[in-house]
Amino acid sequence: MSESAFEPKIVGFLCNWCSYRAADLAGTARMKYEPNIRIIRVMCSGRVDPTFVLKALSLGADGVMLAGCHPGECHYIEQNYKTIRRFKMLKHTLRALGIEEERVRLQWASAGEGALLASAINEMVDQVRELGPLYWPGNWADNEGSQDAIQALPREHAEAMEVPA
Amino acid sequence: MSDGGAPTPEKGKLALYWAASCGGCEIAVLGIDDKVLKVAEAFDIVLWPCVMDGKVRDIEKMPDKSIDLCLFNGAIRTSEQEYMAQLLRRKSKVLVAFGSCAAEGCIPALANMNTREEIFQTAYHDTPSTDNPDGVRPQIETEVPEGTLHLPLFYDTVKTLGQSVEVDYYLPGCPPEPDRIWDALVAILTGQLPAPGSVIGATTTVCDTCPRTRNEKKIKEFKRTWEIIPDPDTCLLEQGVVCCGIATRAGCGALCPTVGSPCIGCYGPNEGVVDFGARMMTALASVIDSQDPDEIDRIIQEGIPDPIGSFYRFGLANSLLRRKALAHNGDGRVAEPA
Repeated sequence: MSESAFEPKIVGFLCNWCSYRAADLAGTARMKYEPNIRIIRVMCSGRVDPTFVLKALSLGADGVMLAGCHPGECHYIEQNYKTIRRFKMLKHTLRALGIEEERVRLQWASAGEGALLASAINEMVDQVRELGPLYWPGNWADNEGSQDAIQALPREHAEAMEVPA
Repeated sequence: MSDGGAPTPEKGKLALYWAASCGGCEIAVLGIDDKVLKVAEAFDIVLWPCVMDGKVRDIEKMPDKSIDLCLFNGAIRTSEQEYMAQLLRRKSKVLVAFGSCAAEGCIPALANMNTREEIFQTAYHDTPSTDNPDGVRPQIETEVPEGTLHLPLFYDTVKTLGQSVEVDYYLPGCPPEPDRIWDALVAILTGQLPAPGSVIGATTTVCDTCPRTRNEKKIKEFKRTWEIIPDPDTCLLEQGVVCCGIATRAGCGALCPTVGSPCIGCYGPNEGVVDFGARMMTALASVIDSQDPDEIDRIIQEGIPDPIGSFYRFGLANSLLRRKALAHNGDGRVAEPA
């Protein structure tokens, strides 16, 4: 099973008031979930600039999870509605760039929903493992043969432009 | 001008070069009007393919760092352009990424939404005007009785100048405004320069130079430019038009919004903006007046049918993701830890 060699790296942006506490709850309740997610605590899901997601993907993350309070329950009143709009705008753009749906996910999880968050993480890790590596930097590492072609040029210039003595 | 005569000793040497570009930057240089004579007073022009004769072989033979200033416009999409970027970097004391193509990829970098194969298929086979029964394609080497002929390698991914070689200064704009070009030339000639690697230009947005009145922005739908005759005094974004002034560096004097056309972002990201598209996404998400996921979806899908064209028209190559995914990318490979 060569597939099993690949373990996805998922970056998770979890809000301080709900989802990070859900992750804490999952921990204290000894619920098991996949270790593939690297959690970064933010004050609010509304703090997650699309730049963060793009940067994570561009540096080699295979997926990104945003998690926050359920709509209507935001600690900052309505910032997670902003999250919905940003997330949809971001997904619209990522779709155009050929990034699969499952790689970027928005998950609501309240402070009491440790089990929900754990199962969402497990589900996402399975889906991304199935998709395989994203390896985004490889998209431009690939101008194959460019070094040889560049090095050939001064030689060709000399052949074409030098007047024989 | 270098006409074969000995250069005046106190004059600096200037090179202007173009790679993947449209020629607009060359016109913009001439847009400084009679001041171009002052440029000719200060510099011997050693290379400017658009307007005068000059040989690459002569540049190759010059000692390193013997060109005082090189204004390089155009993106890098072939091996020949990358070679010229490397050559002019080596020969120049100061290398300026001149204009949007060199600075951030610009229109040529929209080719990063396709592959070389797709572009060749369109250009050499599919277009209705193409007559190519033998299916001839550009080859980097072709054997003919007289010897071997060479063509540059065409890249899958268009790069910026800064992604190819080290760049000293960036001069944004598609094309840079003549007044800004002159300001930059004066700054370079008098040595009043910002830190190497920085942009020579404003550090504020087009909105700050726009004469339109701004109130609270709350919109229920985005409008394409052909769907609306905008009110002449109110912010275009408030009227639902996708205007990129909020993310774009000032420098143009808000030419487009002043005459009722939205800013399309040709002056590139403002200082501190890492990814132009991400800034636009954030800003536009904030002005949508809806909390219903389905309605939000509809507003975005209908109002912004082409997100890359709207958010990355000038900066795809310089964006965090740089291009559309290649089909074969990632097969069996995992990114090395940074």
